[in-house]
Amino acid sequence: MCGIIGLFLKDQSLQAQLGTLLTEMLVTMSDRGPDSAGIAIYGGDGEVSNSMTKFTLQSNAPHEDFAELAADMAAATSIDDSKVWLAVKDTHAVLTVPAGITADVRASLGEIRPTVRIMSVGEAIEIYKEVGLPRSVAERFSVSQMRGTHGIGHTRMATESAVTTMGAHPFSTGADQCLVHNGSLSNHNSLRRKLIRDGVHFETDNDTEVAAAYLTHQMQQGASLGEALESGLDDLDGFYTFVVGTRDGFGVVRDPIACKPAVMAETDQYVAFGSEYRALVNLPGIDAARIWEPEPATVYFWTH
Amino acid sequence: MQTFDLEEQGLRALNQTLHDQANDTNQTSWEIINPRGSHAIAVGLDAPIEVKIKGSTGYYCGGMNKQADILVEGSAGPGVAENMMSGTVVIEGDASQYAGATGRGGLLVIKGNASSRCGISMKGINIVVHGNIGHMSAFMAQSGNLVVLGNAGDALGDSLYEAQLFVRGTVKSLGADCVKKEMRAEHITLLQDLLNKAGANANPEEFTRYGSARKLYHFDIDNAGTY
Repeated sequence: MCGIIGLFLKDQSLQAQLGTLLTEMLVTMSDRGPDSAGIAIYGGDGEVSNSMTKFTLQSNAPHEDFAELAADMAAATSIDDSKVWLAVKDTHAVLTVPAGITADVRASLGEIRPTVRIMSVGEAIEIYKEVGLPRSVAERFSVSQMRGTHGIGHTRMATESAVTTMGAHPFSTGADQCLVHNGSLSNHNSLRRKLIRDGVHFETDNDTEVAAAYLTHQMQQGASLGEALESGLDDLDGFYTFVVGTRDGFGVVRDPIACKPAVMAETDQYVAFGSEYRALVNLPGIDAARIWEPEPATVYFWTH
Repeated sequence: MQTFDLEEQGLRALNQTLHDQANDTNQTSWEIINPRGSHAIAVGLDAPIEVKIKGSTGYYCGGMNKQADILVEGSAGPGVAENMMSGTVVIEGDASQYAGATGRGGLLVIKGNASSRCGISMKGINIVVHGNIGHMSAFMAQSGNLVVLGNAGDALGDSLYEAQLFVRGTVKSLGADCVKKEMRAEHITLLQDLLNKAGANANPEEFTRYGSARKLYHFDIDNAGTY
């Protein structure tokens, strides 16, 4: 069992409340996944711009690793250090750099901070995830104070791999992409081997990372997210309710058996997802929302 | 009318209070406010009382119900009225997966749609759905009646035993060993009675009956591919 929540805002006036709403939804899903929790938030505190790239980083020794990181990265990539910012949040930090140097930053990070891990890369996405109860994870990162356009959260009850920070969801395997999962995949090992042969790199033994990497790989081959999700219905075997995020979009797909629960709500202000209706009860205007259960083997997608 | 605030007083207190009602209780009418999608509301009741839930419920609402009449003024989460023995459970909105699963008696009415596995392994319950039902409904259903005013999803009645299925709309596909059957006079009478009890305004003549072809009751090597 795991819990999933998601909120895609149509009404810009709710953007300042996104973190608060997501936190309430996430905490409500604690019973479904008390071992770790995570959140992907799009937009974040700063302006989203295609002239900048954000790296969300994680460290087990944040004081040492993050202390001089902005300056060290500027030096390592030969960029003016006024163009590199670092915002530390507990074990995570968002490193903002000029666009177009992603590969350079990745390589430099491996040299100057080899133990720091990259949770996400993109113009809009930030990912925060840790082991622990959802409430404590949300508090560590002050999720309730975050703003943004859309966000996806997950509470984990591990079945397929170890309870670690990197095993928590969301998983991000491509720029501004993320995926969370309730369920378990039965063909993840064979699919991982196939993707590794195609040059895909994996961080964990987790089944969900394989699904995320699969979708990213499909999109790198030219598929749209919708097409990648459709082909996932054929290639991913097992139980899943997935919620995916992109820079401007938010999608949901369930396996054909659809035994993992899912409830959606839509109003003029938002589209919301919850593993259970409980997760949605505090959303504004929920009593008047259109509420439905997404159909099995059907791709749902919204964009700004 | 007794009013119980679930948010203030908690689930255990609610179910204990309802369990404490004896057959001859004077407090026969209950209203539960602030359900907010909570699990296991009004589970295991065994008294002739009326329970009205003012909002949507989570998992297993009305499970194992005996005698009580439960009304959900909202939608119900997975497993509503699971293993019901008698009484009625009425959902004004939609029901999530496996509504009425393994139910042995009583009447479950869903005024909206039911999702997948509605009436799975039902054993005597009557279920009337005013809207549509999802895939794998009435899987291994043993006895009782499932009435659907709308359409049914894939694999209706897979591995069906002796439950009777009545569908007014379309059936996306039938499961293994489930076949269309003749509507005889006794089926029209039975269906009219169930429609009346469920407050459903529909003509029983418009329904199609489905039941078991009875070919999978016992293992037969010739059917190995079908199991």
